[in-house]
Amino acid sequence: MDKITTITGVAVPFRRSNVDTDQIIPAVFLKRVTKTGYEDALFHSWRQDPDFILNRPEYQGATVLFAGQDFGIGSSREHAVWALRDFGITAVIAPRFGDIFRGNSGKQGLLVGTVDEELVEKFWELIEAEPGRAATVDLVARTVSVADFTVPFDIDDYTRWRLLEGLDDIGLTLRDEARITQFEAARETWRPRTLPVR
Amino acid sequence: MSDTATAPSTGPKTLAEKVWNDHLVVKGEDGSPDLIYIDLHLVHEVTSPQAFDGLRQAGRPVRRPDLTIATEDHNTPTLAIDRPIVDLTSRTQIETLRTNCEEFGIRLHPLGDIEQGIVHVVGPQLGLTMPGITVVCGDSHTSTHGAFGAMGIGIGTSEVEHVLATQTLPLAPFKTMAITVEGELRPGVTAKDIILAVIAKIGTGGGQGYVLEYRGSAIRALSMDGRMTICNMSIEAGARAGMVAPDQTTYDYLKGRAHAPEGADWDAAVAYWDTLATDDDAVFDAEVYLDASELEPFVTWGTNPGQGISLSESVPSPDSYSDPNDRQAAERALEYMDLAAGTPMKDIKVDAVFMGSCTNSRIEDLRAFASIVKGQKKADHVRVMVVPGSARVRLEAEAEGLDKVFEEFGAEWRFAGCSMCLGMNPDQLAPGERCASTSNRNFEGRQGKGGRTHLVSPLVAAATAIRGTLSSPWDLAVSTGSTTEGVNA
Repeated sequence: MDKITTITGVAVPFRRSNVDTDQIIPAVFLKRVTKTGYEDALFHSWRQDPDFILNRPEYQGATVLFAGQDFGIGSSREHAVWALRDFGITAVIAPRFGDIFRGNSGKQGLLVGTVDEELVEKFWELIEAEPGRAATVDLVARTVSVADFTVPFDIDDYTRWRLLEGLDDIGLTLRDEARITQFEAARETWRPRTLPVR
Repeated sequence: MSDTATAPSTGPKTLAEKVWNDHLVVKGEDGSPDLIYIDLHLVHEVTSPQAFDGLRQAGRPVRRPDLTIATEDHNTPTLAIDRPIVDLTSRTQIETLRTNCEEFGIRLHPLGDIEQGIVHVVGPQLGLTMPGITVVCGDSHTSTHGAFGAMGIGIGTSEVEHVLATQTLPLAPFKTMAITVEGELRPGVTAKDIILAVIAKIGTGGGQGYVLEYRGSAIRALSMDGRMTICNMSIEAGARAGMVAPDQTTYDYLKGRAHAPEGADWDAAVAYWDTLATDDDAVFDAEVYLDASELEPFVTWGTNPGQGISLSESVPSPDSYSDPNDRQAAERALEYMDLAAGTPMKDIKVDAVFMGSCTNSRIEDLRAFASIVKGQKKADHVRVMVVPGSARVRLEAEAEGLDKVFEEFGAEWRFAGCSMCLGMNPDQLAPGERCASTSNRNFEGRQGKGGRTHLVSPLVAAATAIRGTLSSPWDLAVSTGSTTEGVNA
């Protein structure tokens, strides 16, 4: 995973709440066995509408999405994160996220930060006043800015550290392999085993 | 989430905290997540190929193939399963799972196998899901397994790879929420109505950061199938997991199943399981109450599972919401659903009825549906699809003659899989079609592009299939004399 410190790019006022991962990427695009190339699938249904915000010329190059409450709820499909990333969106700011989506984002280098609903509204107004303007998300300072309006965003310390360092989760866990082995040695015999087949 | 913390290792604890603490490999410090051991990993074809690729690229083996099991469910056809899958991309995905399981030594129940089915039906059915364990799967409905007093957590593909490689997951601490449902359900009201009412009450984000524990006399009275229906939809309230404390109902369900503990192991397990219930003086971070006796058959009107009301009510007006975001969401939902505020829910005509999904495809669900449609004919204009949750459920239903009941009713009796719940295989709604569905998500296009979904219980699905409009069994009792007595799915 690449290290992230600051993200700057076209800001998008995504005035929708409860955006579920079925909207981000419909199930028919989940048949593939690859991890890249999902840019066409992003918001597939909504993008059929020429007026959909990501189709508008002023928001081409979309990089930072400012979304409403409960972005990324529903299905665990990590494809939602891959589709956003492949499309070029590298940060999403919203008042609240679906838990699994937020977790998936952290593993895949999509920066997901929370700010209060009123502040998202303020960002929407600022961006709409001058469509196409950039946002800057500073992971070191934990701030997000549009023009001269800057506010802090929330991200848990652990995810922030991993994104800043570009760390692989599995590698981190395997540093504790001895403790995993120790735990396994004490595991009770009644606990489930799938093998041998019974 | 700096305001959250699991309980200390001493003092009164909740069910969730006990299970969590007993799986702690490394306690996180300074804001790091806890490293939690995973007892059981369920794998399916859709969220695993990229995880296996990751292992290959890093040269890592699967740490515990003996704690891992795979089946094919999301992307499989429910017709002509003995023939090659027509859609080439789907076929490749299925074949990729088979190759991966072979290469990494993972037990697989492929299409056509007697143990094949929806992962969340297969685990409990094999006796692999049991109290006090941690279960993960690359599927958000892993919360289902919480019905046994297990902690079932839905994960993404990166986490699937992580569990395959390490049999652990770094997980942030959670908060606990008690959902207490007291009283007796009226005939015709079921587990599905309870959970739809819970989600309508707390909202799609209301459970965010929490593990829910369902408690109270109405939950105790439910069968395991009913409890699975409830825990299954915990994720629709945004929760990390949903659980029910194990009791005699749990043990009776589990005993004698293929992978349930035996002999001294069984006794040791039960002795431990009996300690799991939340301590009397434990404190939840949040509490929600519902009176079961006041519940009616429930139905969703909108495009998220929180947009639900009693079937006897009318489509709400967006103006009735004070929060501007809720109002806007309601406006958008009504437009997508092509519904006018004020329309009685029971006046809404449907084109299709889907009876299936990991929420409601177990044998009791099929029995409940059959109890209403037996000897009836479906409404002419309605297409009715019945999809069992597993190959075994299908066989069990056929042994009871339920397949004949469905066919005489005019329904299609399919092979096991996720089917129209997520519209990934060919079982999809056409644009504009409206469906009463026993599944778990009414998101835009979930059951097929442009399709419109109303989430309901098996009993409501059955009554709707008969009348052709959203209906409860109560409506039938008047017009056809059907009874719902004894049905408690």
